[in-house]
Amino acid sequence: MRHIISILIENESGALSRVAGLFSARGYNIESLTVAPTEDPSLSRMTLVTRGSDDIIEQITKQLNKLIDVVKLIDLAESDHIERELMMVKIRTTEHTREEIRGIAAIFRGKIIDVTPTTYVVEMTGPSSKLDAFIAAIDGDTIIEVVRSGPTGISRGEKGLHL
Amino acid sequence: MELNGAQIVIQSLKDEGVEYIFGYPGGAVLHLYDAIFQQDDVKHILVRHEQGATHAADGYARATGKPGVVLVTSGPGATNAVTGIATAYMDSIPMVIISGQVPLPVIGSDAFQEVDMVGITRPCVKHNFLVKDVTKLAETIKKAFYVATTGRPGPVVVDVPKDITDPRIKVPYKYPKKVSIRSYNPALTGHKGQIKKAVDLLLTAQKPIIYAGGGVILGEGSKELIEFTRLLEFPITNTLMGLGAYPATDKQFVGMLGMHGTYEANMAMHDSDVIIAIGARFDDRVTGKLDEFCPHAQIIHIDVDPASISKTVKVAIPIVGEVKPVLEQMLEMIRESKKKPSKKALESWWKQIDQWRAVKCMEYDRNSRLIKPQYVIEQLYEVTKGEAYITSDVGQHQMWAAQYYPFDKPRHWINSGGLGTMGFGLPAAIGVKLAFPDSDVACVTGDGSIQMCIQELSTALQYNAPVKIINLNNSYLGMVRQWQEFTYESRYSHSYMDTIPDFVKLAEAYGHVGMRIDKPEEVRPALEEAFALKDRTVFLDILTDRTENVYPMIEAGKAHNDMTLRVAEGTSTDRELA
Repeated sequence: MRHIISILIENESGALSRVAGLFSARGYNIESLTVAPTEDPSLSRMTLVTRGSDDIIEQITKQLNKLIDVVKLIDLAESDHIERELMMVKIRTTEHTREEIRGIAAIFRGKIIDVTPTTYVVEMTGPSSKLDAFIAAIDGDTIIEVVRSGPTGISRGEKGLHL
Repeated sequence: MELNGAQIVIQSLKDEGVEYIFGYPGGAVLHLYDAIFQQDDVKHILVRHEQGATHAADGYARATGKPGVVLVTSGPGATNAVTGIATAYMDSIPMVIISGQVPLPVIGSDAFQEVDMVGITRPCVKHNFLVKDVTKLAETIKKAFYVATTGRPGPVVVDVPKDITDPRIKVPYKYPKKVSIRSYNPALTGHKGQIKKAVDLLLTAQKPIIYAGGGVILGEGSKELIEFTRLLEFPITNTLMGLGAYPATDKQFVGMLGMHGTYEANMAMHDSDVIIAIGARFDDRVTGKLDEFCPHAQIIHIDVDPASISKTVKVAIPIVGEVKPVLEQMLEMIRESKKKPSKKALESWWKQIDQWRAVKCMEYDRNSRLIKPQYVIEQLYEVTKGEAYITSDVGQHQMWAAQYYPFDKPRHWINSGGLGTMGFGLPAAIGVKLAFPDSDVACVTGDGSIQMCIQELSTALQYNAPVKIINLNNSYLGMVRQWQEFTYESRYSHSYMDTIPDFVKLAEAYGHVGMRIDKPEEVRPALEEAFALKDRTVFLDILTDRTENVYPMIEAGKAHNDMTLRVAEGTSTDRELA
């Protein structure tokens, strides 16, 4: 099953490699990983998407908690949460396709943030599945580049991950 | 007080109560060595190879319970230490390793003797630090000791760039009495509700067994374990790392379990209905085939490391906490409980165990014309009255030492269980001897292992650490040979050494006493003579039966009740080898 593990980690050099190293050393897979400092500059927030049986996910969370740099973590998949990913897609356009692309982008609430005579860059946020759907809706041969941030998430309601 | 970085390191070690540093100098740590030269409080032991430094510090730590301290230079000094760091990591041994690093401004430029020590050691340390600011040096060292010695212990590396120890830069020094790390809060006592559940289960068990590991020794919980075991009158088995946690000569002890454990220990595990695992981690050498591991048992597991619980074997009642306080909590609850273990059930369980004991799985040919390695260990036990500190290397000799030297006290059996590091025994013995100069210290080794760190014979002489080396010399990498015999139709691929050195001359060349023993009747007198030479390191090169195998054995991938026992007398010794 897919899990989104959200981690508060010391904002120190090497902290990221401890997490990445743990996953490779123990044979866990990482689907995506995003990391950036929080409002407290001494802490970073990391969102890690992984897949595995319940036993494996239990081991992953235990092993992550064992890292001295990991302050706290939650598995977002365990409760109600919101998940967002940012994507930018560069698409080759022709006079005939520009209107269609604008139309599809609008349906997906994407924004066109760069225009040249032969290309568009479409920006879009949403759950990963929505971004997948947009890519599927565009003619694959016209896609020059896809940049995705990887999902990040937050739990709904009062519950949260903080010190 | 204002000190430079080098002085801060040494003063911090002194304030931490460090007695010995095991180390080797080099460019990046010259400032540190200059600071060592100018004081007498912390004694430095110059080894002959950095691997030896880590194993010696490790042996010191295992025997005393205090953290071992290592100092090595950058680059090759640091990489040579990695094997010893990984050895300590696998067995959860508290150590602090200070490694020199190239100066901060040149880090990342492939400078001379530069290596990313923090990166290299990341997977085999509990934590590591790169010091980037001399004002944080003392606090970092304190943190290193704090992390290394609390919770599940382990090695911690502090990588110190050369410019941090610059003698010209002085900063105010104060060694913190306490440090806290917001993300690190190891559990102490166990959860009351879980302990209650565990006690209830234990008191209704029909065929219970206590399975105790190295965590009992690391957590100083032997006294409580003994009390617990005697109160419940349950059988107890120890892991390789747990030997000595419970007295091996006690009648409730059924021997070591696992791959080379006793028949009775493994059968009792397999047939049990309740297992309480205490400071043990269900290592693959213990469990054998996981699918068939203890099929009838409900398992209680006490461990300070939550990640050790249900890692390979699912347990019914996990208890996270230190062994000693959790056992104290349990003892109190058991005493207060109105329920008592069923006398009748225990009686029939012990009857069953006695039948397994009657198989006498540890018997060997005592009439052989050749020296049997088991006999050597038995004689070693008698000559040292069971009171010596025994270190070992890795291989057949390690198993024989574990099987035939019954340890009655914790911290007396010192071996590399998790990583299985050949070369561990001799330097570890030196570390132990320095800690306990008045005790007998013997290194049980083999002709393969001893050559992996033999240079430390020189260290033993320089620092007057007279240890006895019991070399069970069978001219083979015996454990490799045994596996090749069992699973590769006796194709002895590179497990035979036909140019083994003359160990007697070698010992003498290093300034020690060497003896060669090739007859069974010479073993006892030679051991007596060696241990009578209190001030000398003695190398006993004992030529043992080359065909001897370690029994019993659970071959890889088999279950506890599928053991290979010794076949009829003579058949193994009559086989032609080589």
